[in-house]
Amino acid sequence: MSTQTATPDAPPAPEPRTKAGRRPSPAPRPRRTQGLTSKVAVNAVLAVVAVYTLMPLTWLLIAATKNYRDLFATNPFSLGDFHLLSNLEALFAYNDGLYGRWLLNSLLYTLVAAVLSTLVSVACGYAFDKYVFRGKEKLFGVVLVGVLIPSTVVQLPLYLMASELGLVDTYWAVLIPSLVNPFGVYLARVFSEGYVPGEVLEAARVDGAGELKTFTKVALPMLAPGFVTIFLFSFTANWNNFYGALMMLNDERLYPVNLGLFMWNQNVYQQPELYPLVIIGSLVAVVPLIVAFLCLQRFWRSGLTAGAVK
Amino acid sequence: MAAPLTRPAKNPPPRAASPSGGPAAPKSPGGPGARRGQRRAVALFMVPFFALFTAVTVLPMFYAAWMSLFREESSGLGFGGTERVFAGFGNFTEALGNEAFLRSFGHIAFYCVLYIPAMVGGALILALLVDSAMARARRFFQIAYFLPHAVPGLIASLIWLYLYTPGLSPVTDVLDALGANWNFFGQDEAIYSVVNISAWQWTGYNMIIFYAGLQAVPREVLEAATVDGSGALRTALQVKVPMIRPTVVLTLLFTCVGAIQLFDAPKLVQLRANTMGEDWSPTMFIYTVAFKGHDYGLAAASSLLLALVAGLLSFVVTKLGNRWKAS
Repeated sequence: MSTQTATPDAPPAPEPRTKAGRRPSPAPRPRRTQGLTSKVAVNAVLAVVAVYTLMPLTWLLIAATKNYRDLFATNPFSLGDFHLLSNLEALFAYNDGLYGRWLLNSLLYTLVAAVLSTLVSVACGYAFDKYVFRGKEKLFGVVLVGVLIPSTVVQLPLYLMASELGLVDTYWAVLIPSLVNPFGVYLARVFSEGYVPGEVLEAARVDGAGELKTFTKVALPMLAPGFVTIFLFSFTANWNNFYGALMMLNDERLYPVNLGLFMWNQNVYQQPELYPLVIIGSLVAVVPLIVAFLCLQRFWRSGLTAGAVK
Repeated sequence: MAAPLTRPAKNPPPRAASPSGGPAAPKSPGGPGARRGQRRAVALFMVPFFALFTAVTVLPMFYAAWMSLFREESSGLGFGGTERVFAGFGNFTEALGNEAFLRSFGHIAFYCVLYIPAMVGGALILALLVDSAMARARRFFQIAYFLPHAVPGLIASLIWLYLYTPGLSPVTDVLDALGANWNFFGQDEAIYSVVNISAWQWTGYNMIIFYAGLQAVPREVLEAATVDGSGALRTALQVKVPMIRPTVVLTLLFTCVGAIQLFDAPKLVQLRANTMGEDWSPTMFIYTVAFKGHDYGLAAASSLLLALVAGLLSFVVTKLGNRWKAS
């Protein structure tokens, strides 16, 4: 896999221990006849699972083209009259374009938070990697404990604090907590070790560059792939943040998309005409993200590998 | 998400020959002035993170500890005029004696028993299958399996909620046609509905991680196994799986920590499954106590207990993981 080369740590040198510990056994049995059936079986299993993973999204796509009547009257996987465009229109028109506002809010909560939190994490991880100072590993231990503290556990105390400070029901209440990403600091340190050779920094210093300039002009460009990876992690975490927004926000004009859809869904019993809106709203919220993920595949894959392998 | 077991300090950087911090070594040409500059740089680079971390994680924990020692006592009609009364460890004993709170942990335990083998096992099997020489269209399968993870958790739950709803759902139609009498919102079935949503979201994600691990297994080792007469199945189970065991352990760790915080999926299933209760999971319990019951003291105490359980769980799984790795 070509993305393998993007991971900061080179794959480990071949370790022949499995081989060494094994006694020689008889020559391999011929398995040609078996080959075809197992090949079909393997691919059949893979295909069935692919149907399972893709089915809900396919249903969403089809359901989004139906109006309320067809949604319940027609077969879920056959097309009714094509209402995708009128559904879209209804979605963005409903309640003075509330949904559009939710989209913008989501963009604010995810993009702004992801950019800032990634910058904060990369600077910190870089400092952990490239500088010597007292208590460094202890401080890094604090970061690792931070990785292990589940965010939902802190959410309630965070709410209580925010309400003391009068921040509840403001953009800040959702934005500030998402600026912290201890896992990003961990990843940034790993990336800095792999991508930024100390000699280059030394050279920059000899040339008279200050520490800040060395970081922004020399190290940061070298860390770009790591930056994108951490950004993606942070982006998904914030895009998924429902519990926090549910606690912090009452004003529906401040909602992110997922909280808004949740509230609409709570009302579908009283207002069944909201069904198509929830469905098309989900589709509109999901499609850009899927497209983004497909385009940025290389990065999330190298990120997963950097974080998990070894 | 794999931080805690592999501390980077223990993997020396492959390229730079200097130990971490090498460039900042005292022999740097600028002399003591440069060192002071570097100390200032460390502060500059680290203060933003640690200031935010303190504000958003450390202080709330202390604040929760403080809040958990008090009880709100309502006076008069109950709204507006509440009074904060010192309760000592009263909230903790109340939480520990609260049947709903304890039951919510039971639910999570049962959920884990169903979910972890299915999801981790499924991800491992899929990774091995895609890695096997017999698989076709590997890129397509990887993308197809990963896509659910690109869907935000709440929206994934929402989609499945509709797929569980008779009349809307193709799934219930198929089940009815097969004569299966399955009510996704039934008392016994609801938990499977929750497990399915989680499995749909996470199996592909973990499959990609395992697959990346399998790709890093040196080809020589696999060739040696084949020469030694090991079939595909045996190579998979006895050579490949042991080599990615640390990765599997990490996945288990993060899955456990994730399970303890379960909220979105059960919250949505609970909207239709009347038998589930608004306090089905610990997080749902805390939310309900805080926002329906307005008992912040009890909610704060429960949050701390949940954090404690999450911490213990991480600790135990990490220890177990290290033992497996050592063996």
